[in-house]
Amino acid sequence: MTPFIKLTSSAVPLPIEDVDTDQIIPARFLKAITREGFGENLFRDWRYGKDGTPKVDFVLNNPMYSGQILVAGANFGCGSSREHAAWAIGDHGFRVVVSSYFADIFRGNALNNGILPLVVLPEVLHEIFETIEKNPTARFTVDLEQEQLTNETTGTVTAFEIDPYKKTCLLNGYDDIDYLLSQREKIDAFEAARVDYSLL
Amino acid sequence: MAKTLFDKVWDAHVVSEVPGGNQVLYIDRHLIHEVTSPQAFDGLRQRNLPLLHKERIVATADHNVPTKNQDQPIKEPLSRKQVQMLTENCAEFGVELYGLGHPYQGIVHVIGPELGITRPGITMVCGDSHTSTHGAFGAVAFGIGTSQVEQVMATQCLLLNKPKTMRINVDGELANGVTAKDIILYVISTLGTGGGTGYFVEYAGSAIRALSMEGRMTICNMSIEMGARGGLIAPDQTTFDYMEGREFAPQGADWDAALAYWKTLPTEAGATFDGEYHFKAADITPMVTYGTNPGMGMGIKEAIPEHSTIHGDAGLAKAMNYMGLQKGIKLEGMPIDYVFIGSCTNSRIEDLRAVSRLVKGKKIAATVNGIVVPGSQQVTKQAVAEGLDVILREAGFDFRDAGCSACLGMNEDKVPAGKYCVSTSNRNFEGRQGPGARTILASPLTAAAAALTGRVTDVREMMI
Repeated sequence: MTPFIKLTSSAVPLPIEDVDTDQIIPARFLKAITREGFGENLFRDWRYGKDGTPKVDFVLNNPMYSGQILVAGANFGCGSSREHAAWAIGDHGFRVVVSSYFADIFRGNALNNGILPLVVLPEVLHEIFETIEKNPTARFTVDLEQEQLTNETTGTVTAFEIDPYKKTCLLNGYDDIDYLLSQREKIDAFEAARVDYSLL
Repeated sequence: MAKTLFDKVWDAHVVSEVPGGNQVLYIDRHLIHEVTSPQAFDGLRQRNLPLLHKERIVATADHNVPTKNQDQPIKEPLSRKQVQMLTENCAEFGVELYGLGHPYQGIVHVIGPELGITRPGITMVCGDSHTSTHGAFGAVAFGIGTSQVEQVMATQCLLLNKPKTMRINVDGELANGVTAKDIILYVISTLGTGGGTGYFVEYAGSAIRALSMEGRMTICNMSIEMGARGGLIAPDQTTFDYMEGREFAPQGADWDAALAYWKTLPTEAGATFDGEYHFKAADITPMVTYGTNPGMGMGIKEAIPEHSTIHGDAGLAKAMNYMGLQKGIKLEGMPIDYVFIGSCTNSRIEDLRAVSRLVKGKKIAATVNGIVVPGSQQVTKQAVAEGLDVILREAGFDFRDAGCSACLGMNEDKVPAGKYCVSTSNRNFEGRQGPGARTILASPLTAAAAALTGRVTDVREMMI
């Protein structure tokens, strides 16, 4: 996993609530057997017409907006558990998604792919949308070490919370699997000690 | 201190505590399918890791499979390749596969329970959000991403933050024509698609206790649609009666030992939850959705709201635009084009029986394209044994082979753009049943009624 420490970037606004993973990457694009290349179909049906022509009113097709930060409405990533949604977001070049809350499975998938799901209060989210609306190139700094989001236009510094274990993983590029493999003795001991009713 | 069912099962599977609050949780059973497993197998190969416990995994092919001519090669090349990859991966790693043509093949959340793999008191995962289905047996079951699929393959464990607990009580008797699907659509329409985020939900109350296992699975299946990590129901005699004698269920002395354990699992009196809601069964009527997420639902006699406090007016307007509907109108009486009866929510034998009883001797409307897709080969076998296939075909339904079918627009079964489909599946997201498809979620009974009349219909008026 690529470490995430700190970045300063403009942001792409998606002020829609309950963005589900079927919108992030529709099921018909889940047929690949590798993790690469999902970015081109990110938000496919919002982004392109039936014939593949870009829809001009969708934010990813608007040259005014770019950057490594996606800012979205509440409950981002609800629905399916497809990790392909996180792969598509990462493959497109986003490293941070900001929202007032995330669906649980998506949040975990993002963290497992070096993407920071950054939770802010609804009023902070509103202020970020306002800032971008006034100035599409407005920049934001996400400092994971300090757990701070800075709106470089207004100077507002917002503290955010992140699970300390997950923070260490992101800062160092560690995967959960490394930690779990290190627990092998404890896993063996657990199996030896318990009565297992699952395979009788 | 009095413990909840969820706490008992979860705590019994904690291997170790991670500094900072996470826990290493042991996973008893792992179900896999062709869509979310190839990258996990690849990860094992890249890291040169063995699969720790192949005996704890079961695989099936469901999302990509056609529901016609299953004896022939899959036409769509990418789908064929993905199913082929599953076959190759399972052979390489020694995983039991119920692939196309196998008598146990079917939707992963239908076959686990019907084969006796799903049990009370276990932890169970699958790279699929509807894994919550298995909670109907009192299991802690939840969907995971592909990285986690790989972690379970390599270590039989996951690193997790323990969710909060919520209890949803539904008390009283359901009216005739009102089903488990209506209960869960009603609950989600009240709490919203994010109402359960961060929680594991226990469903309780007399209306839940009165449900069959099929009904309980329908309820738990849709827990994820309100954002909950999973849902579960205390095991009781209904659970044990369903399980006894199933292919892989414990036998003899093992059954007695397991049963004694299962009986210790229900939530104790006085146990507290982080959140609790109470609903009355008598308030629930047949439900239909009008929007683009499962929380946008209403009783069949109601009108689409003018405002939405849960989804926001912008979300509601966007949904109306996609659905081609207007705020303030009723759906009852509206013509529809497709009826899909199937999916991991409602494709079990009881669902097919309910539909068959309603349509027996009748014909579905000439304007409706109606398909019934059993959840598994076992369901098909049972339906044929009971003559349901004949009843459904004579009524004008296309009776297909087992698979996920038109629930998710990944295989050949899709709803065309702009067409309205009354569907027994779980998601009415934009494009879910195919690009531009307009989904109205409902119970099997309401879907069958719509098929007969060609319109969104109050099934209570067709039942005596």
